[in-house]
Amino acid sequence: MKVIVDMEICKDHGQCVFSAPEVFHLNENDRLVYVAEPGESLRDAVEEAADVCPLQAITVEG
Amino acid sequence: MSRRVLIAGASMGGLRAAERLRAAGFAGEIVAVGDEAHLPYNRPPLSKEALASEVTHEAVAFRLRPAVADVTWRLGVPIAAADLRAGTVHLADGAELACDGLVVATGMRPRRLPVPGPRAGRHVVRTLEDARDLRAELRPEVRLLVVGAGFIGCEVAATARALGASVTVVAPEAVPMRRPLGDHLGAALRRRHEAHGVVFLLGRTVAAFLGDGRVTGAELSDGTRLDADVVVEAVGSAANTAWLDGNGLDLSDGTLCDNAMRVEGRPGVVAVGDVARFPNPRYDDVARRVEHWSIPTDTARRAAATLLADLGLAEPDPAPFAPLPTFWSDQYDLRVQSFGVPALGGDDIRVLEGDLDGEVAVGYHRDGELVGVVLIGLAPAVARYRAMLMRTSTAA
Repeated sequence: MKVIVDMEICKDHGQCVFSAPEVFHLNENDRLVYVAEPGESLRDAVEEAADVCPLQAITVEG
Repeated sequence: MSRRVLIAGASMGGLRAAERLRAAGFAGEIVAVGDEAHLPYNRPPLSKEALASEVTHEAVAFRLRPAVADVTWRLGVPIAAADLRAGTVHLADGAELACDGLVVATGMRPRRLPVPGPRAGRHVVRTLEDARDLRAELRPEVRLLVVGAGFIGCEVAATARALGASVTVVAPEAVPMRRPLGDHLGAALRRRHEAHGVVFLLGRTVAAFLGDGRVTGAELSDGTRLDADVVVEAVGSAANTAWLDGNGLDLSDGTLCDNAMRVEGRPGVVAVGDVARFPNPRYDDVARRVEHWSIPTDTARRAAATLLADLGLAEPDPAPFAPLPTFWSDQYDLRVQSFGVPALGGDDIRVLEGDLDGEVAVGYHRDGELVGVVLIGLAPAVARYRAMLMRTSTAA
């Protein structure tokens, strides 16, 4: 599974962080950082994160 | 025997319902019917970033997961009626569809001002076409009148200022966004808007629109007359439930649901999104509609589980459904985020940290208990307050 966040669209709402904290977090500058290839066991959480993104900036592939 | 679920509504709630039905193992046919011509798209940007640029479906379309690739979308056709006892839905084009399960996801439509005057030049912001039509008129120097000082009205005001329009907001309440935010935060946000040049004429309503053929201004309830080239009516919304008339349902404010999202105890009929009035045991047993960003996703999950149990395809989920409502609003460079139900704590509002004219967290309390938090900025504190609200529950 591959996670792609379009950082041109992302506005650092951080909703994804609540759904999949193992994959997404806000750094010390409140900017989003994420794990690009998380383990398959996190698929539900990652898809939930993509669903709740206010800007719909998260794509899940594979 | 193959089963068919019909989803009435092809916006976010309908899409999430289809996804959750598939995720819960439903392998039967799913037909989604929508009155708009588009596949599901994201509405919040229509008053914000999408309105500030070129409004296209591509820019706001929801991704369709492979799991919903086989959903049949019947788009551009309203539903005329439904017979819940017979399990049939009648479309405006004359088609009749039978179904084993029904998801009510028909959402809301904007209210219009029932006042005299020309119609041309008056806009609402709900659909892609609405936003596109408005965008075409928001040129620099244009005089925009926004009627309504809720979130959508204030977002449109902010976006229009950024596009160079001059903006006046008229609303009956004394403070913008008063009902969801309370007096102090509403007043603080008013000051931010005024600093960006927005003029507020509050405590009054529009009595009539002026102009011959196309709007050129408005006369207000106190006799004030003002010029306007373009008007946005952001005066709330009404649930799309007329198609359910005749089934003996309470449709006074959306569809009345139990905590499993089943409509008035009718097996195989569930509702999702902002059309659904349901009790949230996190707060009390009062059924409410919740027009928040998070609600279509949360209610779709629960409604799908309930529907599959009603169809005998899954075990019922006995856990109480107690979602934490959340939404956000971007106005200028301000990020407003809301968690919980601030309106329930309107009598006891406290600044939890920060200050109202900077970054701030405001807490809303009912009987001393925190039931909602609204933040402006303060990103590092969001997770902490959200966690506090997740612990709020009448069940605790």
